[in-house]
Amino acid sequence: MHSDPDLPELDPDRIKVIVATDCGSTTTKAIMIEEVDGVYRQTFRGEAPTTVEEPFADVTVGVVNSVTELQELSGRQLIAEDGTIIRRTSTDDAVGCDIYISTSSAGGGLQMMVAGVVREMTAASAKRAALGAGAIVMDVIASNDKRRPHEQIQRIRELRPDMVLLSGGTDGGNSTQVVQLAELVAPAKPRPRFGGAYQLPIIYAGNTDARDEIERVFTVEDDATGGFDLSIVENLRPTMERENLGPARDCIHDVFLEHVMAHAPGYDKLIDWTNAPIMPTPGAVGDILQTIARTQGINAVGVDIGGATTDVFSVFDGTFNRTVSANLGMSYSISNVCAEAGMDQILRWVHLDMEERELRNRVKNKMIRPTTIPQSAEALVFEQAVAREALRLAYQQHKEFATTLKGVQQQRTVGDVFSQEVGGASIVDGMTLDLLVASGGVLSHAPKMQQTAMMLIDSFEPEGFTTLAKDSIFMMPHLGVLSSVHERAAMEVFDKDCLVVLGTCIAAKGQGKPGKPCFSYRMTGGTTANGDLAYGQLVVVPLGAGETAEVEVSPARGFDLGNGPGKPITRTAKGGPAGIILDARGRRLELPEDPQARREAVTRVVKATGMYDDLEVAPNGA
Amino acid sequence: MAKAYTPGLKVAARTTHRARRLLPISGEVRVSVGDMVVASDVVAETFMDGDITPMNMANRLSCPAAEVAGLMLKQIGESVEQGTPIARSKGIFGAFKTEVVSDATGTIEQVSSVTGQLMLRGAPIPVQVRAYLAGKVVEVLPKEGCIIENEVMFVQGIFGIGGETEGVIRVACSDHEQTLEADLITSDMKGSVILGGARMTAAALRKAIEVGAAAVVSGGLDDQDLKELLGRDLGVAITGSEKIGITVIVTEGFGDIAMAARTWRLLAERAGRTASVNGATQIRAGVMRPEILVPLEPGENENEIDPTLAKEAGMLDLGTTVRVIRDPYFGLLGEVSALPTEPAVLGSGSRARVLEVRFPDGATAVVPRANVELIEG
Repeated sequence: MHSDPDLPELDPDRIKVIVATDCGSTTTKAIMIEEVDGVYRQTFRGEAPTTVEEPFADVTVGVVNSVTELQELSGRQLIAEDGTIIRRTSTDDAVGCDIYISTSSAGGGLQMMVAGVVREMTAASAKRAALGAGAIVMDVIASNDKRRPHEQIQRIRELRPDMVLLSGGTDGGNSTQVVQLAELVAPAKPRPRFGGAYQLPIIYAGNTDARDEIERVFTVEDDATGGFDLSIVENLRPTMERENLGPARDCIHDVFLEHVMAHAPGYDKLIDWTNAPIMPTPGAVGDILQTIARTQGINAVGVDIGGATTDVFSVFDGTFNRTVSANLGMSYSISNVCAEAGMDQILRWVHLDMEERELRNRVKNKMIRPTTIPQSAEALVFEQAVAREALRLAYQQHKEFATTLKGVQQQRTVGDVFSQEVGGASIVDGMTLDLLVASGGVLSHAPKMQQTAMMLIDSFEPEGFTTLAKDSIFMMPHLGVLSSVHERAAMEVFDKDCLVVLGTCIAAKGQGKPGKPCFSYRMTGGTTANGDLAYGQLVVVPLGAGETAEVEVSPARGFDLGNGPGKPITRTAKGGPAGIILDARGRRLELPEDPQARREAVTRVVKATGMYDDLEVAPNGA
Repeated sequence: MAKAYTPGLKVAARTTHRARRLLPISGEVRVSVGDMVVASDVVAETFMDGDITPMNMANRLSCPAAEVAGLMLKQIGESVEQGTPIARSKGIFGAFKTEVVSDATGTIEQVSSVTGQLMLRGAPIPVQVRAYLAGKVVEVLPKEGCIIENEVMFVQGIFGIGGETEGVIRVACSDHEQTLEADLITSDMKGSVILGGARMTAAALRKAIEVGAAAVVSGGLDDQDLKELLGRDLGVAITGSEKIGITVIVTEGFGDIAMAARTWRLLAERAGRTASVNGATQIRAGVMRPEILVPLEPGENENEIDPTLAKEAGMLDLGTTVRVIRDPYFGLLGEVSALPTEPAVLGSGSRARVLEVRFPDGATAVVPRANVELIEG
């Protein structure tokens, strides 16, 4: 990783007060972490609108505003007279913090173009490297992407990437095709977003034998467009059977910091302020999720639904994947969710009367004024229905992308290589998923945890036993970057303050007829309960936070709860505010076709979970 | 905290506006500092590299890549016409020679000895930047463009479609609350910037296109009508490049909503004057709102008092004029009458920091701070 020579190495034992910010596209979120009785705890938080846009055009204004809120709430002075964040020299000082760290996705995040020779092989690996580093991949150019060369060149010209990752060929293999690809990219002269004399960074991570030729292709003399800034790193696919994404990912982070961030408004200052390199927000979230999966030995999926994009992260059997759905989000992209899913699909989750024309205007008004929040109950119900569809579409894209190609050092047979060519099987398996973590405004800030739990269940359709959790106040990015500086602090805060267990979903896989038996259950331990569920039913058994129960479930023929069709299984389930949710609605989850029957089915779930209890619904839907 | 930052749209009776007019790539600037320009003047121009046509010569000549250069009839730097021979294979004993003709007209830029690929560059594409705003050139950015300054009336819209244009302001609606219907648009509005009032109907927009108006500015628009106008459902709010024959600016939002009274009055008072209008909107990184600029005469609008001028820009305070920008009070204007510090529970069950707004009829409502915007001066 990158390190700033101006900042001294910090002794982890001397770090007692930490300030961390995440500069999102809409909001800058600050948290304070303090060591309390020998344990790190998140103590205060503040937020302010992000200020990369005019009239401020300086990200540090939002940072200072959010940290000022921390200062007001904590009573600890953090901002100096000159408007910078105070760093204390001694742990006895009552003002300032020991370290300040930040992540960023403001200014549109990191936007990359990726090129590889074969779409399913090197190009897929390159895309994985870029996504893993936290980028938005604008397009993937490959020799076999079915576009003719001039169409590819036209596309490259239209894009305005922050950087380009070029890969292709195994080490010692044929270098012709990757050079050919470079020859398409170079004359197309993609214009970077920041314009002017910005040298477009190109990262080459392909066949080592082609390096000289690549250098020749990207050396542009006396060029008005500013030319290229070429970095050469190890091949990300040195052999057909092995991916080596680390060096390319690290290089992307470095280039992001040195080139992209330095051109965004105010980031030159912010880079100076921080004690650790600023990370792209999704990169930091990925880091913390991998740490959790590794330390607890589980399969986990994390989702972060933002205003513009939805990120899905998964770790299955140690393999990490991340996808970003660039136009699925709850504010900037809310209109696109409605366009992609269709209003009918959204309204199927709604149990109240709503008028489509009015809703269309509301959606657009949210898009043009993205920072507003739902004030009425109806607005909340509708927004959560949109979220279900955004999440469902994003997860679908993730499952299609996270295929059998394994990560680093995975040996594969020739047979595997060919199976990947035809689009390897998804490694995302709802039945083996242990933990599903939600983050992002609509999930984290839902007024009731049952709402968050049901949004997750309806869109991710977990099977068998799955613990549902949420990132309490969207702290995962902060903790991701903190883990690179102080892993113990990051993990302690994660366990104690970040993760809120909502409950456990126990769902049967299979299809049946409404009213016919699906599964029976018996719970002991934290709660005692038993019963039978008919297909189509959903039952909630309360079990408090911190409690667990032994749950024995016996599926009817044709239904699977983790031990094979019709076979009983016993597992420990965690409690939480949403309790144990026993879901016999079937997988795939399909709502009745008939509108009346569907409305009744959704209303039954609303009642069973109590997720919209106590909400005042205006008679006119205002 | 007594104050909170809430971004708002700018509606200024008189302000010094600087328009940065930049080329996408280096080129020539056609104006000098001190020059007076009108909106249609070209201030900078350049040529973008022409389109590239790749030709796989090694394949077509059936020879190794390294031999391609030796078989070329035309060399790097030479211009070729589409269909003219550019390379010929050696054939077998001098016979059966294959001739390759150029796929396009252009200049041979590169012949690769590694891949056998030839790159043909088409004719340069001219790019011109117009002044857009009438005024004085105050700065020239060598090879990039210039900055034009003028005293203008400046109105920011909330959403627009279509790019830069200019025209004379014509008032179609009698007040800010009147819906802009098709019968209010007449054929003599050709080339003009039509000022509506509240919502503009799809029929009105069709009529405006039909008469050849340059732009329509009104308070609201139904999303269903926007969909009809564009022929598709707009997913992401990045606009400006639509080719629908008109620029449309919505000043307040979607639905039945009147234009802010002050905005309407300011624009209506400038009837007959030329306005520069840009519908380009980008609501994400690098937010860009549509705008209407009307160059002013010296002294004009100087006595107009901007309601929020006395307030610190961008800060909420008691008495600040705000507009509620979310249902159930969407579009209503009022004054901040209380700023409680503690978060409150909303009808949706969420907790959020709120403020109290007093509407002109004296009624008050508590709304989340996130759901109001300042009407800036």
